Amino acid sequence: MADKKRSGVGSFVSALVGTLIALYLYDMVFRQELATGPESGPESAAAPRTAAGHPDFNGIWQALNNAHWDVEAHGAAPGHVRELGALSAVPPGLGVVDGGTIPYRPEALEQRQENFANRLTLDPVVTCYLPGVPRATYMPFPFQIVQSEDYIMMVHGYAGAVRTIYMDDRMDAPAESWMGWSNGRWDGDTLVVDTAGFNGRTWFDRAGNFHSDALHVVERFTWRSPETLNYEVTIEDPNVFTRPWSMSMPLYRRVEPNAEVLEFRCVEFVEDLMYGDLRKEPE
Amino acid sequence: MSKYFLAETVALFGSVLIAASGAALAQDAGEYTPPRTPDGQPDLQGFWTNATYTPLERPEGVTSAVYTEEELAARLNAAFTNESAQTEPGTIPDVHYDFTQFGLDRSQNTFAYDLRTSLIVDPADGRLPPMTEEGIARNAAMEAARGGRWDSAEDNQLDDRCIIMRGAGPPMMDSGYNSNYQIVQTPGYVMILVEMIHDVRMIPLDGRPPPHENVRQWMGVPRGRWEGDTLVVESTNFNGKNPFRGSSENMRVTERFTRVADDTIIYRFTIDDPSTWDRPWTGETQLKATIGPLFEHACHEGNYGLYNTLVGARLEERQAAEAEAAVEDQQADETSQQ
Repeated sequence: MADKKRSGVGSFVSALVGTLIALYLYDMVFRQELATGPESGPESAAAPRTAAGHPDFNGIWQALNNAHWDVEAHGAAPGHVRELGALSAVPPGLGVVDGGTIPYRPEALEQRQENFANRLTLDPVVTCYLPGVPRATYMPFPFQIVQSEDYIMMVHGYAGAVRTIYMDDRMDAPAESWMGWSNGRWDGDTLVVDTAGFNGRTWFDRAGNFHSDALHVVERFTWRSPETLNYEVTIEDPNVFTRPWSMSMPLYRRVEPNAEVLEFRCVEFVEDLMYGDLRKEPE
Repeated sequence: MSKYFLAETVALFGSVLIAASGAALAQDAGEYTPPRTPDGQPDLQGFWTNATYTPLERPEGVTSAVYTEEELAARLNAAFTNESAQTEPGTIPDVHYDFTQFGLDRSQNTFAYDLRTSLIVDPADGRLPPMTEEGIARNAAMEAARGGRWDSAEDNQLDDRCIIMRGAGPPMMDSGYNSNYQIVQTPGYVMILVEMIHDVRMIPLDGRPPPHENVRQWMGVPRGRWEGDTLVVESTNFNGKNPFRGSSENMRVTERFTRVADDTIIYRFTIDDPSTWDRPWTGETQLKATIGPLFEHACHEGNYGLYNTLVGARLEERQAAEAEAAVEDQQADETSQQ
């Protein structure tokens, strides 16, 4: 009996101590969350640092949204490959465009609708072409950031797409390209990447949202928590849009200990589609 | 700049590199300590090229492991002339593939000057070891299954299809032109960007095992570690669709990167593939410092060549069939007139 009573007191004390510890931890976590929120500014000093003192963005990252289907808000919709059934149906998305709508010039909006109607043949990703920027960032494939002082590499699983961010020997794009030419700098703890020199042949998503070769992209990568980054991107292209516009989303760390960007070398998957009608006829 | 001047310059330079005669490159790491990255790795970062005029295998009829300076100078001059003169000025092929004009012929760029007569250092004869029966049969079956080169995209070569080029490897080989690489290091990883054709080798250093054997890749799956100042990379899990000199999906490639000077990394690779060769074999070449940046090589996106050659092949077949039909018609007419 006495043992039981002592045991009861012990349990009470344990519970009390446990509760206090839990409250303390909760408080710490709560403060931590506050300190690491997107608006927390200088308090984001909790970010891990490279040897040079910059936030350490090394790791494998991936967007978790349906912007790759359509960066604007959209409901679920049927797919357009009959045989694929629900596999090709479009999942809904709340949209990642700040303000909700891309400010197209009127004639460009018509082009977007045209692109959408013919997306099965016009989307450059259908034929395994390089996806451009920022589309590469939120495609449903992981990408790895390899960060050194002078170069920050973004290595994508899709089609071997790769970006070199020049932090030191910054220069204007020496030639046009699919992935553009990226110069980077640090704005406090934010990595700012300025990309231009595009060839105008890439899209923003599978819904026909597009740009011209005058595209100018400014991305801002900011530490948000140990496993998340904030990704904000401003799009400028006077040929297509009436004003600059922006998108934002978190990027999530692939935390599996064996996470690895694997090859998705899709050229061989599209050869029949692209060249199948040029096959030698059976004799 | 005259190519003779260039040849003499690199010859002078090269003679310093080749410290000892014999098949292997000089590797006296004791005389050079590579710089360190902030986390203490030997620093291999920078822009490199493995362009070389040294063939993988020792040419037939050559018995020595090394050329004399005079012999090599003669061979290089012949090679330079050959690369520069590959197309006739003013012709359509010249406009299309003028390597000289665009600085793509190796003689205009940094290349790994090498007196050796082969990259292969083991076996000692500088030649591939004999292929196993299994390897011979497998390669013959692959060849038999392949149609004519222009029968379809899939029947064409991997490089013409813009799927993968030999620069990516492993082992990383001179790709003929644009044999350029950028190495970037970060704690836990060495990344090698291959200009041909925007391939990236991401090498983890954390000792993780290779993935499940079902995960097969064109470049295999690399795992790296430091042995002293040498980066050792072992690659397995190949898909077998990009054979290296007839290798199989069971190939294991062990690469060793040793920086021996500010401008030189010795690159040694060992191929171990019992399905193809009875014994492992080893080659050695150099990565020479070159200037950046690397450019996006969007090969597939601009692959008009593959499309046009297939169109041309079908057109030729149609024309041949029409010509044949015309001859038959004519014969039929002649027969009916008789």
